[in-house]
Amino acid sequence: MTFKRRSAIPGFGLTIGVTLFYLSLIVLIPLTALVLRAATGGWAHFIDAAFSERAVAAYKVSFGTAFIAALINAIFGVIVAFVLVRYRFPGRQLLSALVDLPFALPTAVAGIALTAIYADTGWVGSLVAPYGIKLAYQPQGIVIALVFIGLPFIVRTVEPVLADLGADAEEAAATLGAGRWRTFRSVVLPEIMPALLTGFALAFARGVGEYGSVIFIAGNMPFHSEIAPLLIVTSLEEYDYAGATGIAIVMLLASLAVLLVINGIQHRERVRRGL
Amino acid sequence: MTRRSPLDAPPWIKLSLIALVVTYIAIVVLLPLGAVFTEAFASGFSSWMAAVTEPDAQAAIKLTLLVAAIAVPLNTVFGIIASWAIAKHDFSGKALLISLIDLPFSVSPVVSGLVYVLLFGAGGWLGPWLEEHDIQIIFALPGLVLATMFVTFPFVARELIPVMQSQGRDEEEAALSLGATGWQTFRKVTLPNIRWGLLYGVLLTNARAMGEFGAVSVVSGHIRGETNTMPLHIELLYNDYNLSAAFAVASLLAGLALVTLVLKTILEWRHGDGLVARGH
Repeated sequence: MTFKRRSAIPGFGLTIGVTLFYLSLIVLIPLTALVLRAATGGWAHFIDAAFSERAVAAYKVSFGTAFIAALINAIFGVIVAFVLVRYRFPGRQLLSALVDLPFALPTAVAGIALTAIYADTGWVGSLVAPYGIKLAYQPQGIVIALVFIGLPFIVRTVEPVLADLGADAEEAAATLGAGRWRTFRSVVLPEIMPALLTGFALAFARGVGEYGSVIFIAGNMPFHSEIAPLLIVTSLEEYDYAGATGIAIVMLLASLAVLLVINGIQHRERVRRGL
Repeated sequence: MTRRSPLDAPPWIKLSLIALVVTYIAIVVLLPLGAVFTEAFASGFSSWMAAVTEPDAQAAIKLTLLVAAIAVPLNTVFGIIASWAIAKHDFSGKALLISLIDLPFSVSPVVSGLVYVLLFGAGGWLGPWLEEHDIQIIFALPGLVLATMFVTFPFVARELIPVMQSQGRDEEEAALSLGATGWQTFRKVTLPNIRWGLLYGVLLTNARAMGEFGAVSVVSGHIRGETNTMPLHIELLYNDYNLSAAFAVASLLAGLALVTLVLKTILEWRHGDGLVARGH
């Protein structure tokens, strides 16, 4: 094989063959079927389905809430990662384990639990309801669910970079008279920025596609709090395959774009570090 | 030991940052977890018991275990094979291959289910042929397994590739030069080195497989007692306003998530170096 460099370790042909076969079977062929399906319907039909008024409203809800949630997670994620890496205190291990809970907790479970808490009669919802603030069954409910889902992404991408970052540069900055905030802003922040952007992109992509945790708390009102993945499900239930496919293609392109951005960030980072 | 850094100089900053993080995690993570168990046992233990033992719930539990029992081993074997090809060999297009393996991470679960409906459903490409031969994939077990496999596809490979890469190829090359076959080398040299990372990957795959909602929701057809997995059963109960039963079944899945996290923490504690060198 010409595309492979020589290695003493055997089994390349077999393992790469199985890998490509299985990858094609489970992921690539089904995704290709989706794209072909959209293509066979014709361009005009696809545009109609993918950019109907209701679909565009759903994109706005999905992308908007995912962006806000990722922003909230970026801010708190850096603080959480910083505290976990730099400070030693009782319960740190437990806190660190809890950060992973949104990865492990099934989304439907998270969805009904968050709805129970933030509905008007819930633990938190009933506290703010007297002031006329509604959290559940509104777009802000979607943000709450996505903040929960996205928590681990930023913490877990920023944490290792912070841990590798020695205190030397910060000490040097401090010796030269920089204040704490300025040291953080001009020494620590640039170092963790690529990881932070990667985590942000991951949380954003996950938030745009998220379904289980959102549909219970969202209220699902068309043009107001209806997310794009739900519109796919609704279209399918109405046997509107063209509609479901069109929206799915737009969402697929969005996730590919995010993947490209992440690869770009990591490539630039490798170049910068001279690897 | 606290690392000396000018950033953590005065104790009040340190303490208030820790307090902020503890409060934040408590509100974002602990509150929902507490709500699940509080609501699950709100009407007493006997009604919790009734909710998890009634026939539809039992059927959902069995189906969830069955789907995981098929999807997890298949994806584990694939993950090991793929990471062997990727970590122990050099070839062009490797970065692209890794990106493709990662792809299911960033695809919406609903889209993951939809692709199989478009392939195998009544209106799909292979739908008429399947119907002719009386094979049912969508609204049946095969569809649930396929959707679950798609969603959990990257987990094991994602965990193993960095572990294998960080361990290099010297040990394998030594074993081979001493006359071991490829399979012997894998079993006696590679596998012991990656076992904790592998276990970790399997744990994550299993947690996601049992808890998957969006993808299986699209392919399931929601036939009560037949094609409803546990998460789908929870949705059904919830939409029937049977909240205490919904939370009772949800508490089982929340328990699974907690067990997964405990095992993960133990693994990281004991075998941190055998896991990914990601610094946690």
